[in-house]
This record gives sequence, structure tokens and C-alpha cells, in this order.
Amino acid sequence: MSQTLESAHGHHPAQQHHFATMEQQFSAAKLGMWLFLATEILLFGGLFVGYGIMHNRHPEAFVAGHHHLQRPMGAINTIVLLFSSFTMVVAVWASQTNRKKLLIWGLIATIACAGIFMVVKYFEYSHKIHDGLLPGKFYSYKGPQVEGEFMFFSFYFMMTGLHGFHVLIGMIVLAWILIRAMRNEFSDQYYAPVDLAGLYWHLVDLIWIYLFPLLYLVS
Amino acid sequence: MADVKTTGAHVHGEAAHHASYLEENKGIMNWLVTYDHKRIGLMYLWSVLLMFLVGGLFALLVRLELLTPGEDLMNAETYNRVFTLHGAIMVFLFIIPAVPASLGNFVLPLMLGAKDVAFPKLNLASYYIYVVGAIMAILSIVLGGVDTGWTFYTPYSTSTAGAVTLMTLSVFVLGFSSIFTGLNFIATIHTLRAPGMSWYNLPLFVWGTYATSVIQVMATPVLGITTVLLVMERVFQVGIFDARLGGDPVLFQHFFWFYSHPAVYIMILPGMAIISELIPTFSKKTIFGYRGIAFSSIAIALVSFLVWAHHMFTSGQSPLTNAIFSFLTFLVAIPSGIKVFNWTATMYRGSISLKTPMLYAMSFLLLFTIGGLTGLFLGTLATDIHLHDTYFVVAHFHYVMMGGTVIAFIGGLFYWWPKMVGRMYSEKGGALSAILVFIGFNATFLPQFIMGSRGMPRRYFTYLDQFQPLHQFSTVGAEILGAGILVAILTLVASLRKKPDAIANPWGGSTLEWEAQSPPVTHNFVGTPVLEHAPYDYRHAKVEG
Repeated sequence: MSQTLESAHGHHPAQQHHFATMEQQFSAAKLGMWLFLATEILLFGGLFVGYGIMHNRHPEAFVAGHHHLQRPMGAINTIVLLFSSFTMVVAVWASQTNRKKLLIWGLIATIACAGIFMVVKYFEYSHKIHDGLLPGKFYSYKGPQVEGEFMFFSFYFMMTGLHGFHVLIGMIVLAWILIRAMRNEFSDQYYAPVDLAGLYWHLVDLIWIYLFPLLYLVS
Repeated sequence: MADVKTTGAHVHGEAAHHASYLEENKGIMNWLVTYDHKRIGLMYLWSVLLMFLVGGLFALLVRLELLTPGEDLMNAETYNRVFTLHGAIMVFLFIIPAVPASLGNFVLPLMLGAKDVAFPKLNLASYYIYVVGAIMAILSIVLGGVDTGWTFYTPYSTSTAGAVTLMTLSVFVLGFSSIFTGLNFIATIHTLRAPGMSWYNLPLFVWGTYATSVIQVMATPVLGITTVLLVMERVFQVGIFDARLGGDPVLFQHFFWFYSHPAVYIMILPGMAIISELIPTFSKKTIFGYRGIAFSSIAIALVSFLVWAHHMFTSGQSPLTNAIFSFLTFLVAIPSGIKVFNWTATMYRGSISLKTPMLYAMSFLLLFTIGGLTGLFLGTLATDIHLHDTYFVVAHFHYVMMGGTVIAFIGGLFYWWPKMVGRMYSEKGGALSAILVFIGFNATFLPQFIMGSRGMPRRYFTYLDQFQPLHQFSTVGAEILGAGILVAILTLVASLRKKPDAIANPWGGSTLEWEAQSPPVTHNFVGTPVLEHAPYDYRHAKVEG
């Protein structure tokens, strides 16, 4: 009964019935997203701790392992992701200020950067696979090496793999946001999905900011 | 009750019965795609009860094998699988989701005066993720079983045959279900409280659930990555947990307990949350030390993250580490003690009515106290060396988890049952179940304290002849306990055959869920409820009917 009355009052179509106002809905969604991001950090945290402990135990192996990574490629990807965070911020700002075209171009640029990142990653991975620099029992590199080097590649593949998976998910989410943006669903009254996707994207970027020095700049 | 205003035309006791959430949109398809927290809560309830029966069946098999020393019902390998399945099912598929996802899902929004949880779709998703996890766990039983114990310690878990990979992946999946429930509840409690519901007006069940949710969100991801690493170790031999490859098996224990110690508080805090509702309602007295109980829940949640290495006193970690973790473990006794004293003080000079939920609550008080105090024996370094990996640990764990959480869960189930299904159960059946459970529980686990202190190791399918009388006593106790649980379930199910007869507030409770019709309408309240008095203020309450 009350629900029909509410819709008659002209509430925003995106407002769900169990929220009294759009602000309440937005603050719930934002809190939920931050909590989700906290779980993501803890998920990666396990890998970071494992990396730290094993690096501490086998410092030579980790230093030797990291010489096989192409630092310029990692650096390019870092710049690409940093730039994508900027385009994401532009997209969020555009959605809040009703700049539809800018929103769409911001999203497209962000997705494109994510794509570039994945392509670079693909070349890096195929190079490693070719050399047999693989995790665990699949490690078959024959060149000069330090004992335990496979451990570095165990972590390299687990950490960049999990991160790459997050980039892929991010691309899917952003593509969905892009479609909704083209359908004109967002405005200064309702931009929560863009905002939340942006938060997620910044986290993906942030994790890479830590992965890059940990894996590519070992000393 | 006139002290809650509703903005609709409805005033309790005068208006006609509205179509309840059970009567609207009937049909199995409507249930399977529902976003209604009450329906999702009920679906969770039936699922966790099913898992409880499966896990309980395995427990009875374990006890049956232990009736006599030597191999009679099953051999050592089968025994290992059976106790692993008992543990894994009870922990991951029953106790962790039991209270929050079933009872919590049902009553939390009602207690807040909300129409639903903050993210109804996520709520339904969490249920289906749970179902997928459960199916994976059951498949792993079919595909060879798991014999690692529910703790999956390396290096055994990375080298043993069987479906360890599938079982650990199932734990990974179930973790997401748990995270989503916790995340949903935190957002709900922060944003969907009714007008007038300040933080200090929250029912204590909500505080307890809030603390639980914080642990669910903050600890479960670590379990997630731990299970991923374990699977990686099994499949790729990445080396992190394998000493031969330069890794460290004890690191697995650190990772595992960093989640799993907080997880035992995911299990006990909701039990404490239920007791904090039952005791004031059936003592008709304002809860003693509201803020003490509320903040002790938060304190337990925080301390829970700092005690994990007390599971590893015999793993060879440094004496300094042991001493620090032993000290931190003792800290847990403070908030737990605060709660027990406050509950007891609430009962003091109250007008106590011994309804079924109260019988369970009183069982909880005694059993949890025993469970908590014996935990101190294990937290003390010198005694732990003697008691580690004995039946003393098994008994302590069951006194807290079964005597604490499960008994609180059953008590809460009896308490909210009229609200959930709109029917009163037979008080005689309920009381009989409470008495049988209490007697059976103590008969099962008290002897295990004695056996453990005399050196009976846990996880053995056989034992020295001298332990036989105590083992037999324990097995008979387990049968009585099983019978008690069966009586409880039959009592509840039998009530479903009756016509709906529950009034809105059969117990004279003072929290908002009792203002809603029994069973509630789909959007919970007719109109928006406004809270006008603190919870547990029974001066305003009058017992109806």
C-alpha cells in the first residue's frame, strides 16, 4: 500500500522499495562497497604475507628470479593503470555533473587502458611460458639459476594472476556501466554504480602499485 | 502495545489480519527467486538443519565406533573420513551460517524496523553460493572422501589422496556466502534503522550480530586465500607450505588459524546474541549492563584476531610467542565473563518463566561457563602441553560450540518460531527436548574431559581398554542428545500441522520484531514503525492473550 503511494510521489525509478530515500540507498551501497574492498585487500594480504616470508627465507632466489621479468613492460603497465584511474575519476565526475558524452568517453578510455594492460601481460606471460619459468612443478627453466627460483615464479603467477583476474572482472563491470551510461540511466540524481565501479577500479590499480615494486624491483 | 506508533491505519489488536509473507505469492518458483529476507532466512534454516542432521549422523557413527576399542564398525581410514566430514560439515555448513544466515536473516531487519536487508539480491546470492558450496562438499564425500580433519593441516593435506581439493574449494565458495551475509548485515545496521533507533537502542541481538559480521568480513578472505594456496600447493606444488621445497608447513597453521580462531567467535557471538534476548524476555527485567554486553561483543571481535597462535603452542614456535599469545588468550575471558555476569544479574530477582527458550538459555549459561573456563586450561602454556590434541580439547570445543552456540540456536529457534510460522509449538515437547539435550550433552562430553586429562588422544578410532567405561558413557550420552534434538525438531514440525494461532507477541518481548504481525507481512510492518522506548523496558509491556 505504502509502496504504491511512494511511487505516485514520483520517486527515482532506481530507488528500491526498502529504502526511504535515494541518499540512504547510496550510503548503504557505498558502505557495502568499502567493506567489499576491505575483503579484497585481505584476500591479497595473504599472498603479500606469504611473499614477504618466502622472500625473507630465499632472498637470493627472489632476486635472481626477478631478473627474468622485463622491467620496462611492468613500468608501462603501471603508467597505463595510473592513467586509467585518472580516466575513471573523470568518468565519475562526469556522471555526477550530467556530462553524458564525457562519461562515455571516460569509461571507454578506462576499458581501453585495462585492455592494454592485459595485452602487455599476455606478452609477458607467453615469454615466461616459453622459457619454462612457471610455478611449482611446472618450472623447467634450464639456464643458470639459484636454488628455489621456482618459488619466485609461484608467487609471480599467483599474484599477477589473481590481479589480472580482477582486471578482467573490472573490464566486464565497466562495460556493463558503459552500456547503462549509453542508455542514459545516470544523472546527478543517480550515479552510484559509476561511483562504486570507480572505487573497485582504483583498488585494482592500487594493488598493482604494490605488486610492481614487489615483483619487478626486488633487491 | 501502544508505545510504538505506526503511521498506517493499523493499530495492533484492532485491525484485521493482513496477508503474511507466507500467504502472498505462493508457489515454489516464487520462493526460489525471492528477495524477501524472511523467506531467504527460512530457506537457510531448512538447509542448515539438514546439514545439522547429516553432521549429527556422522557424529553418532563416530561415537558408535568408539563403543569398544579396536576396529569394529569401520577401519582407521573410514574413521578418519567420518570424523573429518562431521567436523567440516558442522563447522562450515552448519554452525557458521546457522544463526546469522537463518535466524539473523529473519529477525535482524524486523528488530531494526526495516523492510528488508540493505542488499536483498546479494542476500539471495549468498544463499545460492551456500547451496553450491554444500553440493561441492557433498560431492567430495562421494568422490573419495577427505581424511584430513576439518583443519586441513599441511603437509598431510597436500599429500593424502581423496577429494581434498574439492573440499577446500567448497570451503572457499562457502566463505563468499559468509562474507556476503556479514557485509549485508553491517550495511543494514548502519543505514536501515527505524526512526528513533539509535545505536544504544539496538537490541543486543543486533550488537552481537554486528560483531559477528565484522569478523565474517575481516577474517573470511584470509581463509579464502589460504584454501587457494592449499589447492595451488596440491596441484602445482608451489612450495609455500612444503618444507622439502623450501616452504613452511607451520605457515599454513598460521594462515588457517588467523581465520579459524576468529571463526569460532563467528560461531559463538550469535549464540551470545540470542541469549541476550531470551534472558531479559523471560525474566521480565531490563537487561543488566546493556553497554557492557554490547561492547563486550565488539571487544571479543577485536581480541579474536590476536589469539590465533594459541592453537600452535606445541608447533615449535618461540617461547616468547607462546607467552604473548597465552596472555592475549586470557583477555578473551574478560568480555566473556562480563556477559555471563550480566545475564545472571538480569535474572536476579526477575520474574522468571521457564518456557522452552528460557530452559535452553539456562542450559547455555551453565554449559558455556564450563566451556569457557576449560578454555583457560588450554590457554595456559604448562597445562596445554599436557592437554594438547587430547579429548580435553574436543570436550572444551563442544561445550562452547554445541553447549553454547547450538543450544542457543535451538533456544532462539523456539523463541522466534511463532513469529516465523505463526504457530505455537507444544510447550511440553519443547521442555522435554531441552531436558534431554541438557542431560545427553553433559553425559556425552563430561567424560571426555576426564579421558583427555588422562591422555586419551583425539582423532583415534581405537583406545586403551582403561578408557572403555568412559567412552561407553559418552556414546550413550550421544544417543540421548540425538533423541533430544529429534524431539525438538519433531515438536517444531508438529506445530506446522496446526492452524495459525500465534499472536503478535506471545512472550511479552520488548523488541520491535514483536510489534509485527505473526507471521509478518511481506514488507514486515504495516506503516513505518517508530521506536519510542529503549529495548528491554518492560514497564511498557503487557502480556497479551
